[in-house]
Amino acid sequence: MNRLDIQCELVEQLLVRFLRSEAGKFGFLRAVVGVSGGVDSAVTAALCARAYGPDNVLGVRLPYKTSSPASEADALAVVQQLGIRTRRIEISAMADGYLAPNEVADRIRRGNVMARARMIVLYDLSAEWRALVIGTSNKTEILLGYSTQFGDAACALNPLGDLYKHQIFQLARHLGLPASVIEKTPTADLFEGQTDEGELGFTYAQADALFERMIDQRCGEEQLVAEGFEREFVRRIAARVALNQYKRLPPVIAKLSERTVNHDFRYLRSWGH
Amino acid sequence: MNCRVLLAQIEPTLGNLSANLEMHLAAIADARARGVQMVLFPELSLSGYFLRDQVAEAALPAGHAILSQLCERSRDVSIGAGFVERGEDGRLYNSYGFFEDGRLLEVHRKVHLVTYGMFDDARDFAPGDRFRCVQSRHGRFGVLICEDMWHVSAAYLHFISNVDALLVPSASPGRGVTQTEEPGLHSVRTWNRMQEALALLFQSWIVYVNRVGSEDGMIFSGGSRVVDPFGRVAAELALLDPGVVETTLSADATRRARVMTPLRRDEKPWLVQRELTRILGQLEE
Repeated sequence: MNRLDIQCELVEQLLVRFLRSEAGKFGFLRAVVGVSGGVDSAVTAALCARAYGPDNVLGVRLPYKTSSPASEADALAVVQQLGIRTRRIEISAMADGYLAPNEVADRIRRGNVMARARMIVLYDLSAEWRALVIGTSNKTEILLGYSTQFGDAACALNPLGDLYKHQIFQLARHLGLPASVIEKTPTADLFEGQTDEGELGFTYAQADALFERMIDQRCGEEQLVAEGFEREFVRRIAARVALNQYKRLPPVIAKLSERTVNHDFRYLRSWGH
Repeated sequence: MNCRVLLAQIEPTLGNLSANLEMHLAAIADARARGVQMVLFPELSLSGYFLRDQVAEAALPAGHAILSQLCERSRDVSIGAGFVERGEDGRLYNSYGFFEDGRLLEVHRKVHLVTYGMFDDARDFAPGDRFRCVQSRHGRFGVLICEDMWHVSAAYLHFISNVDALLVPSASPGRGVTQTEEPGLHSVRTWNRMQEALALLFQSWIVYVNRVGSEDGMIFSGGSRVVDPFGRVAAELALLDPGVVETTLSADATRRARVMTPLRRDEKPWLVQRELTRILGQLEE
């Protein structure tokens, strides 16, 4: 047994209630989810289908012209299996409208533009559909900062943000999602041949194991090294976690008045609901 | 004491006092219809829990109309409800009112404000400074608000005061979902163990009333329970969903537990007092 293993049935119960309660209190009973064909968005869509009913979930497939056909096929398999509503909106013209005339060649920049183009579509559809955008970022990715700010990280509610990648895979199996989605190599599919683990330089299993000890159990560097983690790896990940803190917080406001929003103007989003 | 009690595991709305009052009145009407003697709500049941800057806005001074309505409803059923209290000293307390016979019989102000993990009570509330019993027509009760129960000294004081039951209103979010030998939420398991241990050690009924619902993703776990003076579960509610359950806190169970194992008889509070004085004196030096 892996110390990261979760009680899937319990987690499903918690997350379904979370989705219902946090959307329902604002009068929303519908969800918009970008479905990429990957495991995170598949799990999110499956939880939304259970929380709101399949007819109240819009799974949006948002391919770019270079997206792999396999990703598209998996995305379609997910929405079909869940019986949720779906729409296919290709973002090529939208993204290229900016990328081509401005000759954006850098892979990271291009990937960010695609992620933000998808965000624009999801938020627009959420207005059309009177629904909330439900996010798909997991805890591993949030800690690593492996996401595009205001892109795939943008959402109203995030059910998966306190679950590591290992736990997402477990939940995906529990929810009976298509095997091709669970078994394939994770990829952001922003350029050809991209894999998450290739780009990160380590595996999710390595990151998850370290994070569980470092973040959840609050072990320091010496303890982690004593437990068998390579010092260099520990330092590299710790630096990455700190470097990406900006992605996890709202913009920094210069504090000038006697009461500053989000600093000593402290209200939950659930304020009055 | 033979008290028929109803546990109201509700889902308060954050900062919406009128909606929460309606929720209370409905449960009180249910309690009256059932003919129970006492209905208990969770911690901060009238205001919601993670109030932050709403604490001042939700604060009720003595005699506030909401409290008067609960007084009015308490003529034939005793009521325990949580609220933000604006004290006569102007300070704000996380309080639990016990309403009986048309008046606010007793208020317990949370002593052990929880300021770690996801909690920041002490930023928003002043701490209470006493543990006094509620001498109800249905028995002698000690109120421990949530974190108060994590300090064995608080329950001990009520044990020495000969309470029949510890009333434990709570707003406890569920955390800890990894697989362990025992299934369930880790936080719930901890609470359950503590209730059973305190019931056994102090030979009192434990009435734990938790809330449900989600406040910005903090998912309150419910699972309200009554544990008898032998440490056995007498009644319990499901996790995560609203509900009510009623049970009888019987004096006979308490009597038998205390005859079989006379812990209170053999307890030596004067020795505790003497040793505490000595230890604290040494620590000061």
